[in-house]
Amino acid sequence: MKILLPLFAVVALVVIAFVGVQANLQAFFGIVIPYAAVAIFIIGFIVRVFRWGSSPVPFRIPTTAGQMKSFAPWIKQNKIDNPSSRLGVFARMALEVLVFRSLFRNTKTELHDGPKLVYGSEKFLWLAGLAFHWSFLIIFVRHFRFFMQDVPTVIQIMESLDSFLQIGAPLLYLTDVVLVGAVTFLFLRRVVMPQIKFISLPADYFPLFLILGIALSGILMRYFTKVHIVGVKELVMGLLSFSPVIPAGIGSVFYIHLFLVSALLIYFPLSKLMHMGGVFLSPTRNMANNSREVRHINPWNYPVHVHTYQEYEDEFREKMKKAGLPVEKE
Amino acid sequence: MKNAGTIVIVVVVGFVAFFGFPFYYNIGKANEAPKLKFDTPAILEWEKVNGKKECVEPKEFMRGEHMQMLNQWRDSVVRNADRVYVNSQGRSFTMSFQNTCMNCHSNKKDFCDKCHNYLGVKPYCWGCHIAPKEKQS
Repeated sequence: MKILLPLFAVVALVVIAFVGVQANLQAFFGIVIPYAAVAIFIIGFIVRVFRWGSSPVPFRIPTTAGQMKSFAPWIKQNKIDNPSSRLGVFARMALEVLVFRSLFRNTKTELHDGPKLVYGSEKFLWLAGLAFHWSFLIIFVRHFRFFMQDVPTVIQIMESLDSFLQIGAPLLYLTDVVLVGAVTFLFLRRVVMPQIKFISLPADYFPLFLILGIALSGILMRYFTKVHIVGVKELVMGLLSFSPVIPAGIGSVFYIHLFLVSALLIYFPLSKLMHMGGVFLSPTRNMANNSREVRHINPWNYPVHVHTYQEYEDEFREKMKKAGLPVEKE
Repeated sequence: MKNAGTIVIVVVVGFVAFFGFPFYYNIGKANEAPKLKFDTPAILEWEKVNGKKECVEPKEFMRGEHMQMLNQWRDSVVRNADRVYVNSQGRSFTMSFQNTCMNCHSNKKDFCDKCHNYLGVKPYCWGCHIAPKEKQS
């Protein structure tokens, strides 16, 4: 049920878009929904980030995966894994965001006969995650050829590199293959591994199915049942110039694709997909570990009235002398 | 580290810079779909003889599938030496990009390039074939 529910949800989205296009609701699915989805995505994203940003982080709580900066000069600091400067934090964040460094350290735990507990390296999640995210980014940027009147050379170069094997016509994009393969792996991982299956929720399967649906509908349009692609670009350019048009005869697969993308945009700020913004705001990653050099004072500390020993002695000096207690000042 | 304001500004600037790129890139450029020309001498001649302008297959099919068809023609000619294409109406054509396709569509700039440039497509036809001399009526 945890798997079937999100699967049915994605199938329902496809059916809704298909039925809508059959009922001539192209303007609704081609104009209203995309505009609403983009607005929800941008506003929702900003709201989520604003909430994270306004939560106080008074102390340094970085994960310290290496030697901290020491006052002893012969102890070598691990500048990236335990950064004490902004530059170190930048390097750590860049490696985290671009190559998922912490996922690279992913381990697996196995119980063998004996009983013997075994820990081992587990790189496939890292590899599939990296393949998935990078091909998704390339595919997204590649789509800019539908968003721009004169396609920039950068996009064209990217496209020709992506299709450099020149398989079939239209040319096969490598990222299409990699993306579908990686998403399938990420899905199978949740189904095949019992521990992962146990902790997986519908919110884990839904984005996978949704992204797979988007990828498959896009692949269907490009390689199999063709859509009127010039019409598609007219529609998109109309949306971007705020003078929307619905060209005739585009084909329902395009509207299904667009509706699934809109669903992804709406779902994005409400879900775990917000890790796109959240990764930059992880307090355990984005802080320099400089607690020994800089005193971090909790900003909402209550002003405590302190009675120092000097004040105490001033107050009770005479009584202390009478009782024969030693005093610092006569 | 309460800096929601700064973070939101960074996010907004990022959104505007990256996602807004198509918006400001397109400013001042006409949103015009390509208009193809079907008025070469060979097409007009065909229209005179057959009463209508038509391709080897219906327009909708050609629009979506011409690249696959060209690939099939290439394979058929180069690998099987079979140069006869029988279309969906049972009519025979010579499979030749240069002598059949480009005979009618002898206006690459006003035909092929229009959509290909509009969508940023760079077909590798012209890596081997020579584009014919532009003929327009």
